Amino acid sequence: MSVTVMAGQRTAHNVARRRLSRGALYVFLTVLALIFLWPLLYAAYTSLRPYGEVVANPNGFFSTPATLNLNNYFFVWNGGNYPQFYLNTALITIPAVILTLWISSMVAFTISRFNWGFNMLVLMIFTAGNLLPPQVIIVPLYRLYNLIPVPAPLSDNGLMYDQIIGLILIHTTFQTGFCSFVLSNYMKTLSKELVEAAMIDGAGVFTIYARVIMPLVRPALAALGTLLFVWIYNDFFWSVMLFKSGDKRPITAALNNLQGTFFTDPTVVAAGSLMAAIPTIVLYLILQRYFISGLTLGSAKG
Amino acid sequence: MDSQVTRREVLKKGLIGAAGLTVLPSVIAACSTSSATTAPTAAAATQAPAATPTPNANILTGKLTLGNNHSDASDLKGVNAINDAFKALTTLAVTTNTVDHNTFQDQINNYLGATPDDVFFWFSGYRMRFFADKGLATAIDDTWAKVSSNFTAGFANAVVGNDKKVYGIPVDYYPWCVFYRKTLFADKKYTIPATWDDLITLCKKMQTDGLTPIAFSDKDGWPAMGTFDILNLRMNGYDFHVGLMTGAQKWTDPKVTAVFQKWATLIPFYTHGYAGLTWQQACDTLVRKTAGLFFLGLFMTGEVATVDATASADIDFFPFPFMGNSFDAEQALDAPIDIAMISAKSPNLAADLVNAKAYMEFWAKGSTQLLMYQANNGFIPTASDADTTKFDVLTQKAVQIVSKAQKITQFLDRDTRPDFAGANAMQSFLLNFLNAPTQDLAKLQASIQAFWDALPVYAGN
Amino acid sequence: MSELEPQAFAPAPATAGAGAPASAKRRRRHYSLLNRRDKLLLATMVGVPLAIFLVIIWGMTFVSVVLSFTNWDGVNPIAFIGVDNYVQLFTTYQFFWPAVFHNVLWLLFFVAFATPMGILLAVLLDRPLRGSGVYQSIFFTPVVLSLAVVGFIWELQYNALDGFINSAMVGMGWMSPNGTIDFLGDPSINIYAVLVAASWRHIGYIMVLYLAGLKSVDPSLREAAAIDGANERQTFMHVVFPVMAPINVVIIVVTVIESLRAFDIAYIINHGKNGLELLSILITNNALSEAGLIGFGSAIAVVLLVISLVPIVIYLTRVMRSEDQ
Repeated sequence: MSVTVMAGQRTAHNVARRRLSRGALYVFLTVLALIFLWPLLYAAYTSLRPYGEVVANPNGFFSTPATLNLNNYFFVWNGGNYPQFYLNTALITIPAVILTLWISSMVAFTISRFNWGFNMLVLMIFTAGNLLPPQVIIVPLYRLYNLIPVPAPLSDNGLMYDQIIGLILIHTTFQTGFCSFVLSNYMKTLSKELVEAAMIDGAGVFTIYARVIMPLVRPALAALGTLLFVWIYNDFFWSVMLFKSGDKRPITAALNNLQGTFFTDPTVVAAGSLMAAIPTIVLYLILQRYFISGLTLGSAKG
Repeated sequence: MDSQVTRREVLKKGLIGAAGLTVLPSVIAACSTSSATTAPTAAAATQAPAATPTPNANILTGKLTLGNNHSDASDLKGVNAINDAFKALTTLAVTTNTVDHNTFQDQINNYLGATPDDVFFWFSGYRMRFFADKGLATAIDDTWAKVSSNFTAGFANAVVGNDKKVYGIPVDYYPWCVFYRKTLFADKKYTIPATWDDLITLCKKMQTDGLTPIAFSDKDGWPAMGTFDILNLRMNGYDFHVGLMTGAQKWTDPKVTAVFQKWATLIPFYTHGYAGLTWQQACDTLVRKTAGLFFLGLFMTGEVATVDATASADIDFFPFPFMGNSFDAEQALDAPIDIAMISAKSPNLAADLVNAKAYMEFWAKGSTQLLMYQANNGFIPTASDADTTKFDVLTQKAVQIVSKAQKITQFLDRDTRPDFAGANAMQSFLLNFLNAPTQDLAKLQASIQAFWDALPVYAGN
Repeated sequence: MSELEPQAFAPAPATAGAGAPASAKRRRRHYSLLNRRDKLLLATMVGVPLAIFLVIIWGMTFVSVVLSFTNWDGVNPIAFIGVDNYVQLFTTYQFFWPAVFHNVLWLLFFVAFATPMGILLAVLLDRPLRGSGVYQSIFFTPVVLSLAVVGFIWELQYNALDGFINSAMVGMGWMSPNGTIDFLGDPSINIYAVLVAASWRHIGYIMVLYLAGLKSVDPSLREAAAIDGANERQTFMHVVFPVMAPINVVIIVVTVIESLRAFDIAYIINHGKNGLELLSILITNNALSEAGLIGFGSAIAVVLLVISLVPIVIYLTRVMRSEDQ
């Protein structure tokens, strides 16, 4: 390591240079931030414009608006079946997140607190599977879903295919890999004496899981839950492939349906896309720190 | 949601009233003596033996599921109107599963092989036979026997499978023609091009007038197929075209080269950036009068009405210009026929089959098809008893053009095997040509033929 | 059956080996703190999810491999045809190599641009900077959007007819309406347009991952480097970067996996044709489309599987090693 500038040897020149570079840094970050925001801001702006006015203008979208209104949003909400799609998303996402957290916390508890001899193997099976591209398994999975019988309240066609329960299953399965890994790492950092003490007190395994460990992993669960919600909400692939019924699909997959048929012009596309994005953006703005810590949990232990 | 239910209710009420005025299909009439003035019940049906010529007439209760690919707003309205009319005459619970048109097509194999709905909409011709041959459709010869008198021979032929059984009911069709705006033509004093040379002259004139001569789009991959079809039909005739679609002719044939070369002269007149545009966007340029001509199916009138209802009356069309060769007499064109079919693997089919056939019979009526037509006048009824006085000027003209045609084809992706027509297949090859029309065509044609040759053997070819 | 043993307890030598010929380490037996019911419960807690996971993920992966040696069309009986699908894939199938090329291009673009950009932002925002949190929020926002939404939002920018970029250029008089850039339809550039949109989301993702890693670096290391007189760049290159090794592996794996999974944006734009061919889309276009070429599509899936296993194995080796420590 070549050391040329001695610490503490701050000349006026250096201070000026530092100020300059700090100024340049702000300029750089601000310009970049604007570039990052631009596609969203433009989509928001476009969504407020009446299409007829844009068409009438010789400059098209590159023009100042005479009117801005929410008509495109009303149009999408009323005509695009959005309430149904939001409901579908909720019916898939919420149970999938809860199930994933519940199942992976049990897996993590078992493999982090007890030595089975093949703990590592179990973790590897989960983690590696979680990293596979979904396209690798979609073809047989599609067939499998058409073979698994599912009774009536959970399925309206007697199968796993084309059912909300089917989506919940694949999301839960896929995400359990990641969450078990993260949670088991988290649990390993917890004090060992707690479990020890509980066991000596004669507590059963379930009591330890439910009363001792679970309260302690709550922060990790909150962080993972936020992350999972967004991931599952944003899924496109599984819901396009595993639903045949257009009106059962969640909002993001429904966008694909709306394209070209209901999305008659760019202002409607903008409103429709933003409406699909709003729930995650709002959630992110409220729960930002959980997001960040969720991702941190997932990566820091790599 | 509320507004939708309300709209549906309103439609339903309106239709019950309207249906009373029209002639009822035999099976419906059979099960409900009271016509449609009051809601009929199964009990009422069984109590009316005088009006039960078919033994199964009293079974029209229970369920029926429908796989609907009419996803565009106007088309969906038509399907809903028809289902409401059907439901009003029976006590059936009809479940409609609407899937985006393109997605439905993508998933058709898996859909039909897994848990399809009882009845689904599909395409006639090769595309119907392909799935019938795979055992994924139910033959409906008995239903057809009751309704066949309502269809001309052309439609009848389009629903016969390779095993000579009937697999569908033709529900609508639409010719591919060249669309334009009458006021634009009047303003600029353009005349309808009758020949290829006229077309090129017109395009050049439009270009100097600052217009895009031909609105074109191919982001979806299939619109370009229409142009290939018509050029091949005009230049090489129906027999060669069909041979090419079914594998009897080779894509390496110099006749195909000629088609591509001819096509290359049209490309400079196309919308800039067409490979990134949807047909709806191209259609909009015609509506806005920034483009002069638009070659597409008649269904484009639905989009025109959505974008600018006042432009609808200003739209007119003419058949694609002729080449001045022996094939002109054929007056051939793509006029795809949509059909309703009964699946083979629907989990409820055993229970629903009678209902499904009744529904098919319902669709065979001109009065039913008119409901679809009223929702989107791009779907011309196929039934002979459809009240043609309800047709608008454009439709009457379309009917005339199609009836004059000696030969009718379906459309490239309906006339050939589906594994040849898809996104990473013919759609890509045509885009490849459009992107570089001056390329070594022999090489492109060879790769198309190689692709065909590599496909699994299909006995139905 | 291996013994259940709370890790909280130190190894205790086993007395009765129950006939298990395992190593001394394995024969450790723990008192009677875990009764039969507890063991059963624990076995269920991990066994049931594991079984489901094995069937759905690894079972289906195995079936994909088997199907790739058949010509199944989803309807007719399955017939094995050896490696014919692979031969066709590697020799005559015109869309395979373009797809491989686009996936590689995707990876290179991410490796050369998006990922370093994310790292750079993380490093810049890791310093005490006024408004650092606001910048972080902005850069991270695209990450919470669905890729489908990303595709639509960028189409508004790219469209040749009325997209913003072209409208602005024409409006400013820098371009004629017939000379607009066909970002979506021109097969020589549309993949880059898609990559920019994908990077928009990827950069923020990498930034947050890396930022988390930077925050966990022991501050005393930097102080020591500063005392040694190293400037910021030197400190980062020679001190921070090396101790970030675990996070670097994560970043690499995320970058590679994301490149292999690339699907949504290209699928939204044009179903993966005309310059946007990707392996993932070739699979669905062949096996889950009207074509019904399930055997052939599965062969492409296997190729994708084999490629994916490379980063996965690297990652797991890494995890194992850190676990051993």
